[in-house]
Amino acid sequence: MTVQFLGKILKNPMVLASGILGNSKDILERVHEQGCGLVTMKSIGPEPRDGHKNPTVIDLGHGMINAVGLPTPGHLNMENEWKELEKRDFPLVASVYGGSVKEYQMVAEYVSSKKPDFIEINISCPNSEQHGMIFGINPQSSHDVVSAVKKVIDVPLIVKLTPQAPDIARIAKVCEDAGADAICAINTVGPGMVIDIESRLPVLAFKKGGLSGPMIKPIAVRCVFDIYRTVAIPIIGLGGVSTGEDAIEMIMAGASLVGIGSGVRYRGMDVFQKVADEMETWLLDHHLSLEQIKGAAHKENGE
Amino acid sequence: MNTITDQKHIMLRVEEKKVESEMFATLFFQYALSFVPGQFIMVWIPGIDEKPYTISYHSQDRFAITIEAKGIFSKKAVTLDKGDLVGIRGPFGNGFDIHSGEKVAVVAGGCGMAPLATLVEQLDKTATVIHGARKKPYILYPDRFDIERDFCTDDGSFGHKGFVTDLLEKQIALGNHFDRVYTCGPEIMMYHVFNICEKHHIPCQVSLERYMRCGFGVCGACVCGKQVVCKDGPVFGSDTLRKMKDFNTKALLKSGKAVDLSLYFSWRCQ
Repeated sequence: MTVQFLGKILKNPMVLASGILGNSKDILERVHEQGCGLVTMKSIGPEPRDGHKNPTVIDLGHGMINAVGLPTPGHLNMENEWKELEKRDFPLVASVYGGSVKEYQMVAEYVSSKKPDFIEINISCPNSEQHGMIFGINPQSSHDVVSAVKKVIDVPLIVKLTPQAPDIARIAKVCEDAGADAICAINTVGPGMVIDIESRLPVLAFKKGGLSGPMIKPIAVRCVFDIYRTVAIPIIGLGGVSTGEDAIEMIMAGASLVGIGSGVRYRGMDVFQKVADEMETWLLDHHLSLEQIKGAAHKENGE
Repeated sequence: MNTITDQKHIMLRVEEKKVESEMFATLFFQYALSFVPGQFIMVWIPGIDEKPYTISYHSQDRFAITIEAKGIFSKKAVTLDKGDLVGIRGPFGNGFDIHSGEKVAVVAGGCGMAPLATLVEQLDKTATVIHGARKKPYILYPDRFDIERDFCTDDGSFGHKGFVTDLLEKQIALGNHFDRVYTCGPEIMMYHVFNICEKHHIPCQVSLERYMRCGFGVCGACVCGKQVVCKDGPVFGSDTLRKMKDFNTKALLKSGKAVDLSLYFSWRCQ
């Protein structure tokens, strides 16, 4: 089920979401071996950052809530990792975040020199005091950060959006106009909160956290559907996917590739191969190709 | 698809506290925990932090964790007492692979005895248990088991003066045959135990420790080479260890930065 994406050939349309596992070359390589067409590193920021205290990730059964808090060694503090990654034989997305347009630009420019296949800018993380989210909810700041980053990198640019934006399709359009090569939607939903009634305290140390997993899938599908109507660039559809049928639904909403994060919890690291196989079986049973169903939900009669 | 189960914290009150020595305290809880020796739980002290702990005592309706007072969390944990509230998630991880009828050796170093204790209780009296520590107060549960132990301390304050690896080598040299060796303790010690096992073609099971967040194989904080310690481990067998280049060499700090193990452990013990 090979697919073309921004000039690269991927073995299948499955994408590892940023923030899941992607801490080292070794583990990214294993995720690729376990059936993932495109793997994403954990978001890289401008300064070393530990993230939040635990509890940071809780499984609620129907999905997860997390406030890991963007831990990063810092972009200048990863030389060994880049050296390892130079020798990779799999396509790679490097995710980048910052606290200002200048920081995004500085980190992205540096990361671009390390030659990942793509750069994704995270303008949508709800889990830190100042990083990212503010850019993704406002059209002007989204435009500014995308156009600034686009100027200084020489690999294709993916922009990861938040469902917190009042009109996510408008943000996507602004990003496309500012030079984005693809959209990734969505980041976690919320923030939400879980309170332990015995201790009377929020369970997460950061108190609030982003929701992911099966419970957010309808929101993700709606966002991808809205974005597909407004942009011509490809969309990585992400949010609550853990089965082949979920992935087919994302493609019908308009996604070109399908990301998985929390699905690793529910079906193991080989969830990527499982979902790719299930998609393939579904397509075979229906005598259809991926291209034929992409955006199918937008046609009035479904055909 | 696997059944999705809620993994929010189960809130429990400390039922009993036992001070093991000046270094260790054990907290008992009244709760039926389904558990295999070697697995761990995430323990949350509301308002403080959440850390992985092994189950050190286990029966049908009761379990315990044993804490060595080292860092901010553990120094708080040893002050907890009867009635205090903690949250637990888990158990997580794979646990030890136990084969009935085998002649085995258990090699424990310092607080590495805690995850091995429930395993030792399942073994018959033919098992060899080698137990070492820096000095006497670090010998955990000195009077606990029916099986006799070979003790050693670095300073000779309890048992033989020297290392657990000396005692394991000696047992093998005396002609004792082992079908399997289980070990937990400082990583450098486990690395030497593993190498002794390799030299003598004995399958070995090692319980590793890394900084953890989720406990269920998603966040990537505890990756060690291609393995995810919380999900694929914490117990790893010889086949995996042979290929694990980060074993006894590297670990990730909280930021995700990979560093030499000595730097990692000096950070963990702050």
